[in-house]
Amino acid sequence: MMKRRSWQEYQKEIADDNYYYARSCIRQNFFPGSEKAFIDILHNDLGKDLLDDPKHSSCTGIGYHSDIVPLETIMTVVARQFSLMNDAGYKNFVTSCITSFGIYNEILATWEEFPETEERTREYLYKATGREFRKPQSLAHTSDVVFHFREEIARRARHLLVNATTGEPLKVVEHIGCHYAKIFPKSGIGGSEFPYVLAGMIESWGGEVVDYPERRHCCGFGFRNYLVQANRGYSIANSHKKLESMAPYKPDFIVANCPGCAMFLDKWQYTIAEMEGTTYGENGHGIPVLTYEEMAGLVLGYDPWTLGMQMHQVDVEPLLDKMGIEYDPAAKYLGRNGKYIGKPASAVVNCCPTDTIYDIRE
Amino acid sequence: MGKYFDMLMEEDVRMREGLHSCMNCGVCTAVCPAAEFYRYDPRQIVNTVQTRDDDAIEALLKSDTIWYCGECMSCRPRCPRGNTPGYVIQSLRRLSQRLGFFVESEKGRQQLALKRTIGENILRTGYCLVPKLVKPELHPEQGTVWQWIYDHDEEIYGQFSPVYGKEGAGALRRLDEESLAEINRIFEVSGGREMFDTIERYSDRKAREMGYEKGADQQYMMDVYQTNSNEHY
Repeated sequence: MMKRRSWQEYQKEIADDNYYYARSCIRQNFFPGSEKAFIDILHNDLGKDLLDDPKHSSCTGIGYHSDIVPLETIMTVVARQFSLMNDAGYKNFVTSCITSFGIYNEILATWEEFPETEERTREYLYKATGREFRKPQSLAHTSDVVFHFREEIARRARHLLVNATTGEPLKVVEHIGCHYAKIFPKSGIGGSEFPYVLAGMIESWGGEVVDYPERRHCCGFGFRNYLVQANRGYSIANSHKKLESMAPYKPDFIVANCPGCAMFLDKWQYTIAEMEGTTYGENGHGIPVLTYEEMAGLVLGYDPWTLGMQMHQVDVEPLLDKMGIEYDPAAKYLGRNGKYIGKPASAVVNCCPTDTIYDIRE
Repeated sequence: MGKYFDMLMEEDVRMREGLHSCMNCGVCTAVCPAAEFYRYDPRQIVNTVQTRDDDAIEALLKSDTIWYCGECMSCRPRCPRGNTPGYVIQSLRRLSQRLGFFVESEKGRQQLALKRTIGENILRTGYCLVPKLVKPELHPEQGTVWQWIYDHDEEIYGQFSPVYGKEGAGALRRLDEESLAEINRIFEVSGGREMFDTIERYSDRKAREMGYEKGADQQYMMDVYQTNSNEHY
């Protein structure tokens, strides 16, 4: 009974419709197909209303967590986003970025705890832009919304997270991203102890969640520890720790909540393979790393190249083959309207140990 | 005694939220990704700050130590006393920059590179990063696929956004001029621009002291971006 009550604290109300959408700096750069898929799934598959407002900006969270953007400044930028949402007649704010999600939660909580900071923000915003704002009625991460509709997506599934040959559930590593629930545990589904946002999707769509020792360890972004070239040893060392820990459980793929985590777990596999010749997946390949929009898109039958999965460094074909998804290998690296634009050089992580950009083993 | 502690507490609500009373259990250090790979111990930092010793805190503000944290905030949900060492670090970093102490350490001097890349990009585009900022020669870890994307950006992003580099709704659009002007004015009014100018001013002074005749020029910026003395482990 005790356990049930504590679990209830981490349930979260998620709006059913009418979302004001804020894009992510990292997701739109590295996974633009995922942002498009989220909008397409909500509009076309689920018939929901969502506004992609061209006037909104970055929350500046990467700058804030690199300590070059002051708290007062990011509060005012966030207040402007809320003002734009008010102008457009929306109340449900949904953000495509885990860093932003942490930022919005932190700012709303700080305004609550220290009301003078909200007053000062209102003054700054009015002075800078002539704007006023009301706070959102609900705040969600985009994955919360996908989680909210996971059973509806399951009912429309064209493919499940199941090995099409053996009928066995696919083994999935889920990575939540530190700022989803470590800063404000009650804002994330399942909190920081039992985060369920991705696990819930995986279970509803037929997969099996892998529990492994470093499941909750940071991917290693560490803001300045990646953004400054001299510091990147921190970043790769943390990803390496996670990859070493998950590999013995033989995951079929990794799915990440945060666009940064998805990018780092993909790119650092490339780097580790080039530096050391080590790969963590089957048959000498890397482990494919997906965003949850890509996972949902595959389940709903979207074409992998329409989802933008050709932008990953670790090839996703072994996973597509396992799921029995049909795709056109020749179309993977084409430009707009089928234009041939060449293809990326090969890489050790995709099982091609020769002809890489550089190979420090030589 | 207590001058810097008072500044931290009075100027930054994160300090008031992040430091109540540390009992030195060390759980923060146990879960800290930075502590695992750097000579870094958040327990000790919080302990130093709560002594209110000006000499010790000034040494911290001038050290590499406060710049090792990755702000993942893994410490926050774990502290049995409800402290957040990550918030204490954010407050220390802010004060270190305000007082110009950040240029006294290798890791602190890197703030100039962050201001000139992420910071200036925010004012220029309204976003922290855009594809052309992730130059393959400075990001070899981004791999062969990123090189291909970088070389064919319009063809690739054009498949996912009707407004790549143009105004309108969609990924990687160009923010309209009025919105960008609002963001710039927010930085002016709320202290963001002042922070950028402070980083530039102290960096320029330090660069000249270190023998860069033209001050904090591109060469200095690239040196702080790329130099690692390998004395941090």
